[in-house]
Amino acid sequence: MPNSGGTIIFSVSGHVAKPGNYELPMGIPFAELLEVAGGMQGGRKLKAVIPGGSSCPVVPAETMLKTNMDYDSVKAAGSGVGSAAVIVMDETTCMVKVLERLSRFYMSESCGQCTPCREGTGWLNRLIKRIMAGQGRREDIDLLVQVANKIEGHTICALGDAAAWPVQSFIKHFRHEFEYMIDHGGRSIVGAQQVAA
Amino acid sequence: MSTPNPTAPAAPPSDSVMITVDGVPMKAKKGEMLIRVTDANDVYVPRFCYHEKLAVAANCRMCLVEVEKAPKPLPACATPVMDGMIVHTRSAKAIAAQKSVMEFLLINHPLDCPICDQGGECELQDLAVGYGRDVSRYAERKRVVKDKNIGPLVSTDMTRCIHCTRCVRFSQDITGAAELGTTNRGEHNEIGTYVEKTVDHELSGNIIDLCPVGALNSKPFRFRARSWEMSQVPLVSPHDGLGTNTYGHVLRGRLMRVVPRANDAINECWISDRDRFSYEGIYSADRLEKPMLRMSNGAWKEVDWQTALEAAVNGLKGVPAAGLGVLAGPSSTLEEYALLQQLAAGLGTSNIDHRLRQPDFSGDAADPAMPTLGGAIAEVDTLQGLLVVGSNLRLELPLLAHRVRKAARAGASVAFLNPAAFEYLFEAEQIVVDPARQLAELNALVSAAGGTTVGNSVADVTDRHRRVVESLRGAQRKAIWLGALALRHPQYAALRAAAQALAAATGASLGVLAEGGNAAGAHLAGVLPHRAAGGVARASTGLSAGAMLSQSLGGYLLWDVEPTADSLHEKALASLKGAGYVVAATPYATEELKSVAQVLLPIGTFAETSGTYVNLEGQWQSFTGAALPVGEARPGWKVLRVLGNLLGLSGFEQNSSEEVRDQLRSQVERSAAPISIGAVAAPTALGQARVAGVQVYQADAIVRRAASLQRTREARAPRVVYGAGAES
Ligand code: SF4
Ligand code: SF4
Ligand code: FES
Repeated sequence: MPNSGGTIIFSVSGHVAKPGNYELPMGIPFAELLEVAGGMQGGRKLKAVIPGGSSCPVVPAETMLKTNMDYDSVKAAGSGVGSAAVIVMDETTCMVKVLERLSRFYMSESCGQCTPCREGTGWLNRLIKRIMAGQGRREDIDLLVQVANKIEGHTICALGDAAAWPVQSFIKHFRHEFEYMIDHGGRSIVGAQQVAA
Repeated sequence: MSTPNPTAPAAPPSDSVMITVDGVPMKAKKGEMLIRVTDANDVYVPRFCYHEKLAVAANCRMCLVEVEKAPKPLPACATPVMDGMIVHTRSAKAIAAQKSVMEFLLINHPLDCPICDQGGECELQDLAVGYGRDVSRYAERKRVVKDKNIGPLVSTDMTRCIHCTRCVRFSQDITGAAELGTTNRGEHNEIGTYVEKTVDHELSGNIIDLCPVGALNSKPFRFRARSWEMSQVPLVSPHDGLGTNTYGHVLRGRLMRVVPRANDAINECWISDRDRFSYEGIYSADRLEKPMLRMSNGAWKEVDWQTALEAAVNGLKGVPAAGLGVLAGPSSTLEEYALLQQLAAGLGTSNIDHRLRQPDFSGDAADPAMPTLGGAIAEVDTLQGLLVVGSNLRLELPLLAHRVRKAARAGASVAFLNPAAFEYLFEAEQIVVDPARQLAELNALVSAAGGTTVGNSVADVTDRHRRVVESLRGAQRKAIWLGALALRHPQYAALRAAAQALAAATGASLGVLAEGGNAAGAHLAGVLPHRAAGGVARASTGLSAGAMLSQSLGGYLLWDVEPTADSLHEKALASLKGAGYVVAATPYATEELKSVAQVLLPIGTFAETSGTYVNLEGQWQSFTGAALPVGEARPGWKVLRVLGNLLGLSGFEQNSSEEVRDQLRSQVERSAAPISIGAVAAPTALGQARVAGVQVYQADAIVRRAASLQRTREARAPRVVYGAGAES
């Protein structure tokens, strides 16, 4: 492995049977890592993975299952190994709700020193909350991305970027979930599918 | 040691670098922040948190610019320049970053410009025009922040705060009082005083100017006028000898507020709270609006100017010249002083003085032409050693104390010899001794320096004395100053002589921080019993202020004097009451003046006259009248000119204050008055070793009437007399 030697401690959390810290060689295929962590909880289907801690872009299941856990491969998959805190999400996960949770985290963690992060993190969170409350508009989806872009690269420390990246990637890969919720007065696509099933 | 390689190309001779900004090559100092270079070259980069006098915070992000080879836009205020740097301040990337920040700043801003006092002079408003969007895309709930009560001078509308922390950095770095800070994080971040308390530092009002938005504004000015309705007139602050440059903002002839006029040689961009808020005193309820005459039955009656002036002239003519005393306050204009001196001379008296609070005149013969700092005001920043004798410096000369603080922070050793310990907010050696022992203590310093002591009372020389002397000796740039508490000391002449001996022995310069706004001007104009205009020695010396106040003369002419408060002389009132005839020219109709005078002539304050102030550095600063005089009050110099005419005296033909000034200037230029302080024979015997303290907001008649200043914590401090019988 040219750029990723030795082992790394993966901190696997989320919908796996055996969440925990696993020290494994870098470059192990994600599918193998998932097996080590006991596979998916309740045998449900994998939906998405945040491979490097909450600030890294989310990667959909299909891509992730073909990706090895080394720096170059995860980068090629559109994210990063980051802190190797692997967050695994199954098919019952509402991606709008996850993004709300993440944006709430960054809003609370902002120190408030610089303008884009202090003001932008709250804006992001309120936008998502409004969508969840059934008050969303289709334009809000693009606005979310634009607000994230306005934070990214403009702050004093990396927390601003960290708040922006999940937003951009969640909407890139799961835009339809946001659209569904907006069009259905705040109802999640996940619940709807389960009801239908 | 490395030997220079003769074949290597010569290193660039200086630490200057070349950068390119928007295609224009610019020379810069290596490591200098980019925004300083663009500012110096008239390229405007938008900013909120950056301020040239404050430490860099780089938190607003408004100044983001594109720098080639940098992955992200960089803040111009916090990016040191490097040779060959290529900067774009108006590229698509730079503008996008700047507009992003502007949008974020506006989402939680209340946009209540129509009811905001900052409107029209708001940095957010100004930049929003260039960088803001027409329509807000923010549809969420806006933040509301509870206002704070930080005292009688500064109003708060904290919802408008954009968290630039200029106010915080001011209170931490400039005053050192650290009265403001931030609490909470993220969007709950708030500016405040932590626990609810007032912001009391004597320079605090500057946060009003520093705050780029309407979060911090002037409380007394609140909702009084819109910035664009007022005209701006340059003024000089009359409350201390610094000659602080200000602007008066005038609406329909009335002075509405006072703000700083930047002058790096004097006050930089700051003014003290006293300079800023004293204007309220101009419009106090007890302003004398019409001339008044005391009737034969003792009652006071308003009369026209003609009647009043004629009465004054007849009254003054009736006083035998030797029995006439002329007393002036220390903050009138140079032109008033010049004409007052001329008037006294015309009436044949040398009994004229402005040193109302000084008890010891035995050193008069040794006086220099005027009291000065002994060096440039701006150079105080670079002093390495300083001894101040008898001064509560922060409250006497707040902005001079600020410069001393800068010097101290840069490593200067500063020592004070005072009757009490004061809070300086910088490290200082404080020698605190009772007034009775001040001279002995100062002599100990002289003796430690190997100089000739003054008189024979010398305290034991201790390590502390040697330490102070050594730090003066070791410094290249050093000074010794005598402050108001020395001037009010019964052995002032001896203290000054001892300070002079110490200065000679250590190589320090000697300065005298005389009270009032124009003591130097009063000296040059000859409002002194021993010196005439231009500092020329008088043929026969008249009575000093102390002598005139401790006995009743035949008559007095009081020029802007409130007898008790301005002189602190316990016999002042009784002496004036015993006089045959008293004319008082004054902006205020006080009961005290009515109890001593026969005529009251209403004169304008510093803001209602043209004139000149001479500061501690010897700088002459002239200004034109800003406000219309209240009621029928007239500029003092005009009143004196008419009085001179009515008295039939020659030399009262001037048509403008400039003419009066220029006449005096040529007299000063011709005269050969001593520049330095002469020697003193022996110290006056110490009768009563007491020194009066004066609160900062009791300094002069205007300040005493400034209502908002009177509500500050400082104004509530009790008046103190140092020395025997008083508290030690
Ligand atoms: S980006 Fe960093 S410095 Fe700026 S507010 Fe957020 S946490 Fe504070
Ligand atoms: S109160 Fe004004 S100066 Fe202070 S942080 Fe807020 S906007 Fe800046
Ligand atoms: S002015 Fe540079 S970040 Fe505020």
